[in-house]
Amino acid sequence: MYAPGTTPPQGVWWKPAHRSEKIWFTIAFVWCMILFAMMPFWHLRGGQNPSGTRSTVEPTAFAERVQEFIDTYQVGEDNGIPLVEPPPGSDIYLQARMWSWTPVLRLRAGAEYTLHLSSLDVNHGFNLFPFNVNFQVVPGYDYALRVTPTEAGEFQIVCNEFCGVGHHLMVGKVIVVPADAPAAEGGDR
Amino acid sequence: MSDTFVGAPAAPAASAQAFRTCPTTGLKVHRQADALIKANAVVATVALLVGGISAILVLLTRWQAVHLLDATMFYRVLTIHGMNMLIFFILFFEMAVLYFASAVLLNCRVPTPKVAWTAFVLMVAGALLVEWTMFTGRADVLFTSYVPLRAHPAFYGGVILFAVGAILVTCIFFATLVVAKRERTYEGSVPLVTFGALTAAIIALITLAHGAAIYIPTFFWSLGKMNVDPEVYRLIWWGLGHSSQQINVAAMVAIWYLLGALTVGAVVVNEKISRTAFVLYILFISMASAHHLLVDPGFGPAWKVVNTSYFMYMAVLASMLHGFTVPAGTELGMRLRGFTQGIFGWLRRAPWGDPGFSSMALSVVIFGFLGGITGVTFGTEQINIIAHNTLRIPGHFHATVVGGTALAFMGITYYVIPLIFRKQVAFYRLAQIQPYLFGIGMTVFSMAMTFAGTFGVPRRHWDITFANAPFDVPFSPAVDLMIGIMAAGGLVAALGGAIYILVTVWSVFFGKALPEGDLSRASVPPGVYRVPARELPTEEVELREYGRLGVMPGTMILVFIFLVAFVVYYFANWKLLSFVWKVG
Ligand code: HEM
Ligand SMILES: [Cu+2]
Ligand SMILES: [Cu+2]
Repeated sequence: MYAPGTTPPQGVWWKPAHRSEKIWFTIAFVWCMILFAMMPFWHLRGGQNPSGTRSTVEPTAFAERVQEFIDTYQVGEDNGIPLVEPPPGSDIYLQARMWSWTPVLRLRAGAEYTLHLSSLDVNHGFNLFPFNVNFQVVPGYDYALRVTPTEAGEFQIVCNEFCGVGHHLMVGKVIVVPADAPAAEGGDR
Repeated sequence: MSDTFVGAPAAPAASAQAFRTCPTTGLKVHRQADALIKANAVVATVALLVGGISAILVLLTRWQAVHLLDATMFYRVLTIHGMNMLIFFILFFEMAVLYFASAVLLNCRVPTPKVAWTAFVLMVAGALLVEWTMFTGRADVLFTSYVPLRAHPAFYGGVILFAVGAILVTCIFFATLVVAKRERTYEGSVPLVTFGALTAAIIALITLAHGAAIYIPTFFWSLGKMNVDPEVYRLIWWGLGHSSQQINVAAMVAIWYLLGALTVGAVVVNEKISRTAFVLYILFISMASAHHLLVDPGFGPAWKVVNTSYFMYMAVLASMLHGFTVPAGTELGMRLRGFTQGIFGWLRRAPWGDPGFSSMALSVVIFGFLGGITGVTFGTEQINIIAHNTLRIPGHFHATVVGGTALAFMGITYYVIPLIFRKQVAFYRLAQIQPYLFGIGMTVFSMAMTFAGTFGVPRRHWDITFANAPFDVPFSPAVDLMIGIMAAGGLVAALGGAIYILVTVWSVFFGKALPEGDLSRASVPPGVYRVPARELPTEEVELREYGRLGVMPGTMILVFIFLVAFVVYYFANWKLLSFVWKVG
């Protein structure tokens, strides 16, 4: 006999399920397995994975690497922020701190770079506008992601993790030039 | 089985004065349980009021056309909103649910009233400490308080006090189950609703253990006495933050079963399936907190895939089972009581004017279709890249914890007022439309929010016009439109929330007492006087088979619509992901 869920069931309640329940259980289970399989599948076949190489780094050490990176490849300034054009295939650095992204990067469409993200103070969030690509930027951790810009244009980096009262001011920039554009000669136009 | 509502109460162990007998349900209610439920429910409502006012302020700031608060106040009020809603409102209400599902449903006494009241005082004191730090600007860190953002030590101390109180209540819940068993206050196994609450309580212990593991070190860190690694903090904090959402889910599902029983005499289709689904929650949920860390630098892909996929999906499976058994139990209950016309006759004839029923129905739909589908999709390792920290996330959880949990809590309140407070429901007409305003408003709000998030609009952000930022971020005009719709939906939901507070406060403090005897003329939900469970047939009934759809055809069709929506949304997001930069 059926009873509501407020009643203590009497005797043995371990009884066979209805056919419709079995059908739904089977379908739901199979669907969950598909959900599971999609993730390894995308690691094998898909182009977007949050894996990267992950290591710990002292904020001061990271700041030094960023400075070295800027000194080596700086080609100008944009809005007071160093503009850097690293060669395709190189390691590139982006430093988050309250409330700025340094430097501005000039990259080449279709080329692969290894992007190192870290923070000098609190958590920040990397959000590449308008593609909506998001990563967490955690102080003490170097998140090195291989990235390949797909098309030329100007893109912004919005901070999307609350990082204090200037959070909404924290916008950076990435410029992507076409694959065949000439390399910059020092200073920016 | 003349009274199918409860197991036959056995002889009381305590003195008769300590109990009253509920004239409606025949349940024997311990007066201490009564008082504890009332106290917790009242504090929960106060927290809801504070959270609700802050919701409106935050909403009117994110709506850039109004942009009400300045930046400092925005983040402060957002902190207040998160803490009051997600922590204080929800948890005080859950404490009331724990007392109800143990002492009341099992006809038992609260074994240690003194400890219970101490726990209550601890929770209130902790909450007040936290409120003080937030309102005085000593804790502008949002409810996640990610280290190394620093709040006043009293903020962490308050959270710890609050958590200790909550741990005590959970222990009292377990003790009540033991006492009820020993004093034989019920026969058979504990009812499914109590089993669901038991699930919530077990998860609560796991959760609160994580809470202690993170807030105690963080408290000492805030005093400058030790170090806390930011990534370790995120890992353990989400062990608390996510598991606590599973408390909410388990409590909400238990209330779905409870409201189904109270409003339409919903039955348990199969105890084995429903209980197994609850056990899956307990087994697999802690690992699911990994889905908050999918795009974090602290963890490798294997860890992410294993924790979010295999483990989390077993919890997803559990939710999909409840998503079937709750409507199925309703359908079967209605069919057994004679509503057998066609495939959806039972749904058409359901008591849509009963705020308990409409809350449950809307809560199931919003939780499943909006919250569940988006949650599983965004919690996929790679898809998280296009969802993390955007408005898609608050869009998702306002569908789960607000349209789902909070709405279910509101629905049960309309029964708690007559059954526990012994009062009529004031402004009953308003109470009848309240679930629709809140549910539909929340639906519009969270869908618009989710959609704005697909354009990359960040969450927790004061100014998406970036007026003073070094570079322009030209969001598409569609975003303004979506934010406008979000504001409209949010305001409608806020109106629903305000009506809820008006109705409950008025009923409890100024409301008319229930009349003696016949209640059908009193303004209470119909399930209170026409106890639907009593109308269930006591003999075996031949159920009609609708071909392949079986004996619960309406539910079968509904869950298949759900499945199609799920599959489409899920794969659409993979497609969306494939358009962005290559990254790995
Ligand atoms: C009428 C009802 C409500 C409205 C209009 C509303 C509105 C909002 C808005 C606009 C935000 C800010 C989103 C952002 O900028 O990131 C927000 C955040 C939030 N809301 Fe609500 N909300 C409501 C009810 C609730 C309820 C009942 C709960 C919990 C039970 C809740 C939990 C939260 C949480 C946890 C956050 C995130 C805070 C943070 O990011 O730190 N809300 N809400
Ligand atoms: Cu930032
Ligand atoms: Cu920020």
